[in-house]
Amino acid sequence: MQDFARAFADSFRQILALDAGFVEIVGLSLRVSLTATLLSCLIGLLLGAWLAVARFSGRQALIILVNAMMGLPPVVVGLFVYLNLSRAGPFGWLGLLYTPTAMILAQTILITPIVAALSRQVLEDLHGEYGEHFASLGLGRMGQVRAILWDGRYSLITVALAAFGRSVAEVGAVIIVGGNIEHLTRVMTTAIALETSKGNLQLAMALGMVLLVIALAVNGLVSSLRLSASRLGYA
Amino acid sequence: MTRFSSSLHLLALTGAMALAGGAQAQDKSILVQSTTSTANSGLYDYLLPEFEKASGIKVNVVAVGTGQAIKNAQNCDGDVLLVHAKAAEEKFVAEGYGVTRSDLMYNDFIIVGPQADPAGVAGMNDVKAALAKLSQSGAAFASRGDDSGTHKKEMSLWKAAGIEPSGEWYRSTGSGMGATLNAGIGMGAYVMTDRATWISFGNKGDYQIAVEGDPEMFNQYGVILVNPDKCPTVKQADGQAFIDWLLSDDGQKAIGGYQIDGQQLFFPDAE
Repeated sequence: MQDFARAFADSFRQILALDAGFVEIVGLSLRVSLTATLLSCLIGLLLGAWLAVARFSGRQALIILVNAMMGLPPVVVGLFVYLNLSRAGPFGWLGLLYTPTAMILAQTILITPIVAALSRQVLEDLHGEYGEHFASLGLGRMGQVRAILWDGRYSLITVALAAFGRSVAEVGAVIIVGGNIEHLTRVMTTAIALETSKGNLQLAMALGMVLLVIALAVNGLVSSLRLSASRLGYA
Repeated sequence: MTRFSSSLHLLALTGAMALAGGAQAQDKSILVQSTTSTANSGLYDYLLPEFEKASGIKVNVVAVGTGQAIKNAQNCDGDVLLVHAKAAEEKFVAEGYGVTRSDLMYNDFIIVGPQADPAGVAGMNDVKAALAKLSQSGAAFASRGDDSGTHKKEMSLWKAAGIEPSGEWYRSTGSGMGATLNAGIGMGAYVMTDRATWISFGNKGDYQIAVEGDPEMFNQYGVILVNPDKCPTVKQADGQAFIDWLLSDDGQKAIGGYQIDGQQLFFPDAE
């Protein structure tokens, strides 16, 4: 066990020794996953709000579809994006394969259903609660959406964090569309996969711990922002 | 509302900045489709800085199994192909996807196994006899099973030995060399690997080289420029410059100079 602890300490020293390269990998992980989270929120919140408020035939089927798409395997999303962005594919002319943009695209596809499905539920509940109130105020549909988005903001931030967690943790999609190219498309999870395949299990494990710490930091930051915002709100 | 939307704006701004950073163009760069064995052994980390310094061309490497690397190159998703499955490489060129194929370097395959050696093959240098003994012993064998260069080689050796490997003892992992070694070592199975991956592998456990030294286990690497006639996006001049350098005295000397723990991993053999 002591050996194990020592091996672990060594690994962290190795990580620190990666210095510039390591900072680059962490930076790219955050850049890709935060951008994907942002894009997925823009699309997913709109879709979720629309599904929560609108009434049309086929709505229930669409909700089931969006819910089911939360289970999309990252590898399948990666393959789908690869086939589209490959030079032999329909969007090959964009030259986006093996770039961070391709990784952002893949993760956005992966997590948008999560944002849409979870926000739909949150917003539909709120809408049910305030439906009569809205009606008495004579609020239009857009006004209602704005009101429930604002009212549900804290739950929606948790939805965004869930989406971020999924994107920053996945490896299947980014390794296919990014290619794990050093200094270009290597992120935390693909670096972990690479070190595992090199048999550097302790280093891989230590990188995993770092990833966890980063996720903690992002979550901590968001929840402290949230706390200070709510304090201001009630001051 | 304003506070929420201003934080949204901040997020959007960060996102936009991130995207803008992503669009940064590399001045001169090529994409090499290659195998896990060359990348995992650290060869590129050693080799590429030298070439990049000499040429000013940045080399980006995608490391996948040979089968997938060839497929990616056929889809025009790469400028240079550097793999180790001669028959498949020659087919790639014959079908017009590649310009010409050049021998680049070689090493050899080995079979590694647990120290206890349940199949009793340790020290053998006749791979066909060793495989026959292995298949009869009931000891587990972990195969790549992923259409990689190593897997193709393994299958050709089973065939040469007249054995159809199947049964509970034959475990196809369907994954890369490192993952197969991790799995094989985890379940006490014999594994065929290229020597470079083995020397640089960090999770050997009590495993040792069991079978080595048969000329049949020769492992030749080749390098091919993806054909610009098929793939107009190929960076012909820069890709060719990389190949020319690899095949030059400088490049060959650099390949031969790469060592781990005093052991040479690849032996240059360009003509």
